[in-house]
Amino acid sequence: MKPLPEPESLRRSGSFGLPDLAVILGVLALLGVVAHVGAGAMVSFRPPDVSPTVSLDPRNLPDYAARSTLRMFIALAASLLFTLIYGWLAAHNRRAERVLVPLLDILQSVPVLGFLSITVTGFIALFPGSLLGLEAASIFAIFTSQVWNMTFSFYQSLRTVPKELGEATTLYRLSRWQRFTRLELPSAAIPLLWNAMMSFGGGWFFVAASEAISVLNRDYTLPGIGSYVAAAIAAQDLRALGWAMATMAVVILLVDQLFWRPLVAWSDRFRLELSASGDAPESWLYDLLTTAHIPRLVAAASTPALEGVDRLMSALLGPVQDHEEAPAPPGQERLFNLALLVLIGALLAALLHFVLTRVGLAEVATVFRLGLLTLARVLLLLVLASLIWTPIGVAIGFHPRLARLLQPLVQFLASFPANFIFPFATLFFVRFQIPIGWGSILLMALGAQWYILFNAIAGAQTIPSDLREMADDVGLKGLQRWRKLIIPGIFSAWVTGGVTASGGAWNASIVSEVVSWGSTTLAASGLGAYIAEATGRGDWPRIALGIGMMSLFVVGFNRLFWRRLYDLAESKYHL
Amino acid sequence: MDLITVDHVSKRFPLPDGKGEFTVLGDVTLSVHRGEVLALLGRSGSGKSTLLRIMSGLIRPSQGEVRSNGLPMRGANPNLAMVFQSFALLPWLTVQENVELGLAARHVPLAERRERALKAIDIVGLDGFENAYPKELSGGMKQRVGFARAFVLNPEVLFMDEPFSALDVLTAENLRGEIDDLWNAGTFPSKSILIVTHNIEEAVYLADRVVILGSKPGRIRGELQVNLPRPHDRNHPRFKALVDYIYSVMTNPDIAVTGEVEGPESGAALAGAGPERSPQRSSGSPFARPLPHVRVGGISGLLELVAEKRDGDGSIPQLAQRLQLEVDDLLPLLDAAVLLGFAELTDGEVRLTAIGRDFATTTILRSKDLFRQQALGRVPVLSSIVHTLQEKENRAMRSDFFLGIWDDYFPLKEAERQLATTVDWGRYAELFEYDAIEGRLYLPS
Repeated sequence: MKPLPEPESLRRSGSFGLPDLAVILGVLALLGVVAHVGAGAMVSFRPPDVSPTVSLDPRNLPDYAARSTLRMFIALAASLLFTLIYGWLAAHNRRAERVLVPLLDILQSVPVLGFLSITVTGFIALFPGSLLGLEAASIFAIFTSQVWNMTFSFYQSLRTVPKELGEATTLYRLSRWQRFTRLELPSAAIPLLWNAMMSFGGGWFFVAASEAISVLNRDYTLPGIGSYVAAAIAAQDLRALGWAMATMAVVILLVDQLFWRPLVAWSDRFRLELSASGDAPESWLYDLLTTAHIPRLVAAASTPALEGVDRLMSALLGPVQDHEEAPAPPGQERLFNLALLVLIGALLAALLHFVLTRVGLAEVATVFRLGLLTLARVLLLLVLASLIWTPIGVAIGFHPRLARLLQPLVQFLASFPANFIFPFATLFFVRFQIPIGWGSILLMALGAQWYILFNAIAGAQTIPSDLREMADDVGLKGLQRWRKLIIPGIFSAWVTGGVTASGGAWNASIVSEVVSWGSTTLAASGLGAYIAEATGRGDWPRIALGIGMMSLFVVGFNRLFWRRLYDLAESKYHL
Repeated sequence: MDLITVDHVSKRFPLPDGKGEFTVLGDVTLSVHRGEVLALLGRSGSGKSTLLRIMSGLIRPSQGEVRSNGLPMRGANPNLAMVFQSFALLPWLTVQENVELGLAARHVPLAERRERALKAIDIVGLDGFENAYPKELSGGMKQRVGFARAFVLNPEVLFMDEPFSALDVLTAENLRGEIDDLWNAGTFPSKSILIVTHNIEEAVYLADRVVILGSKPGRIRGELQVNLPRPHDRNHPRFKALVDYIYSVMTNPDIAVTGEVEGPESGAALAGAGPERSPQRSSGSPFARPLPHVRVGGISGLLELVAEKRDGDGSIPQLAQRLQLEVDDLLPLLDAAVLLGFAELTDGEVRLTAIGRDFATTTILRSKDLFRQQALGRVPVLSSIVHTLQEKENRAMRSDFFLGIWDDYFPLKEAERQLATTVDWGRYAELFEYDAIEGRLYLPS
């Protein structure tokens, strides 16, 4: 059988055309925007006399949105770099692995928003007299919200590279750099990309939260779409809020179309299955880029340079080591363990000493009680969101056409920053006199619920259609159908959704237990409100206590509750 | 000088929790001569893949030394290339880029890389597919890329790790023939070939010399010179005699491999060979004797087939051919049938015992009774477990307990497989029941 020429090879003939023009204009426009927006970060900033202000004129919104977006991308780049180095070290060095992986587990559970106070003061001190300090603090907040997921995914991918592929690269004498670029990075690409996409979506929440905050009795404002919303809330300007939401929606759509879609379409080549799969993801921009000549010319021109980099990095990083590391002598190993234990013990003792001497044991008990209150809210949210969204998600998932139609919408809703909707909810609470203790559950759910819906859809789609036909055939109906087929079928997907949702809810509690509209401020009693208030006052011991307690709750909840459900899902409900 | 020399090599893996070591390979000595095709033939568990990886430098031996051209080896051997069972192609690289992989690693200039890769692709007959991605290719074509990637380096020795076993029968036959033609034509890109396989015909067809490995621990049982004009004619009496001989040796781990195969009748001469017991078989605990990993349904299926052939040719090669089963699948079934006293093996022939014939032809209920009776009498690990359960007041026991005992004799993965097989047999015999969720064995009430 003679192979047919691929369409790509047909396209190769011909001269420069419209696609190339589009590519040139697109690149120029992108460079222009970045240069313009980047210059804004250099304006003078001398608190408390000179501080940037945010104008509520909607004509400024594109500029603000661009600045926020640039922050997101810088944070994404930083997260990627961190992920590659951290994940690589953890996967290739046994000793590093034993420290880095548990550390990652803890860092993932720490509420990012609680840290803002520490980082903002730190970064302002680092860049005196310019906005860069605030920029860096905001970027750092986004970074910490994105990076752990990505790092975990990359580490997992490195650990599960197919064994024979690894052997082939060793036997064919690839250098460490070559193994990294030709085997490890490509095989990790797809999960890493999906995680980055999810984290990026979640990151908008932190942009909005980190651009306008009050730390240590002072309000800091960084021009961007998040501070625009904060200013609109202070001015009780509903029209401005509407503009901000519309802008946010446009930005999310643009980033999806211009950045993520093409990447997803491109990364399809990194699928590990050796057989062709059904439908490949599509992107008009990716098609445009592959049709145009310029990208190919650039690629061809850069080949010698890439060869040079390959040689240089190969020489720097050296050859792949022997497969097995010789086990370290037991004495040395014991010393390493001992040093680790001493270090951890010393850190814990220091923290305990700090908290106990500054706030006292009674306060710790109070904070624990507040933690229980917030925990109750998180649990209630999970139950309610599951009760409402699981049936809807399953109904959508069972109809493939509906699912294809609605899935992008749900993804969009999940990445839309919930704190943009907070003011409307606050207004609602004020009008109808709803106590914030209950209202904050709704606020937390605004962001978290989508993960449950999303996973319910995905879970329902994985239930094989012959199982559903069987259920119809034997006459399973109503509650029985749920108990025998649907709940076991979507269980593991639900657990995944639940873990993500509860993580999001804990973080959101810091901004949703205290909300304001104009001069009215509603505060619930809970751990989130405690941290938010301590941050505002700059009360270091209480900030530390609050964050520590929340981390403890999150880690404990994960260990005692989610981990068990996860094991159950793995062993019993594995389809 | 020999291209690769393996000098008294053993490989042991530590058992978990410091319970000693598990020996995969014990004291292997072997060399690859210049200009020969050498086959390593063994059943699963004979450590043949481990031996190949030690010889390639991927794994370090626990004891002994591997030399390449007389020099001790450090790390992966640069003088060889390997063809993998699963092809091991990088799916995101084109055929050309995959073939260039080893050259890129050696920093060969771009133009030369292209040219050499194209030549290798030409040799394996993949012209026109240079820019295809592996997922666009069929299994046979993928393995051709695997061969091209090895050929392009002009290695001294080409290592093949069951290169045809992931392909369907026809494709495998076709590709095997082409590789053989290439070797016979004298233009082969390497000086020697080392092939690891569990397919007896394949070994005799391709190799000049066949080394037979024994199991538990892996060791060399002996070797055979094929001594036939190339290409080896499958219809030659000596070819058939060799295949029959190897079958009978491999079904009977206790006889010595002398390598003296002269004619079709010489198989009988082996009957007098002295027994050669493998060390771990003689261990005292019933848990130390591994069960062959087969399901009861497989055993009865095999016995039914043998029983039907009344006039029957019960010779093992014929049986394997009729069932389209590879040795690795057939031999454990035979082992189990012999262990349970359903069949006997003599001179490469399978004969059903009276009970075996009864088992194969009777009703399900009666065959269960027969199985229970044989299992209790002849499989000590089953009676031992039943005994333990009877001792307990609640007549139940966590399976971890038994897993722990196996764990003393085997690596964890093998221990888990032993548990799974034992549970399958015990359940079929209705000796005990198993709750997978709670991980508990208990006596039927």
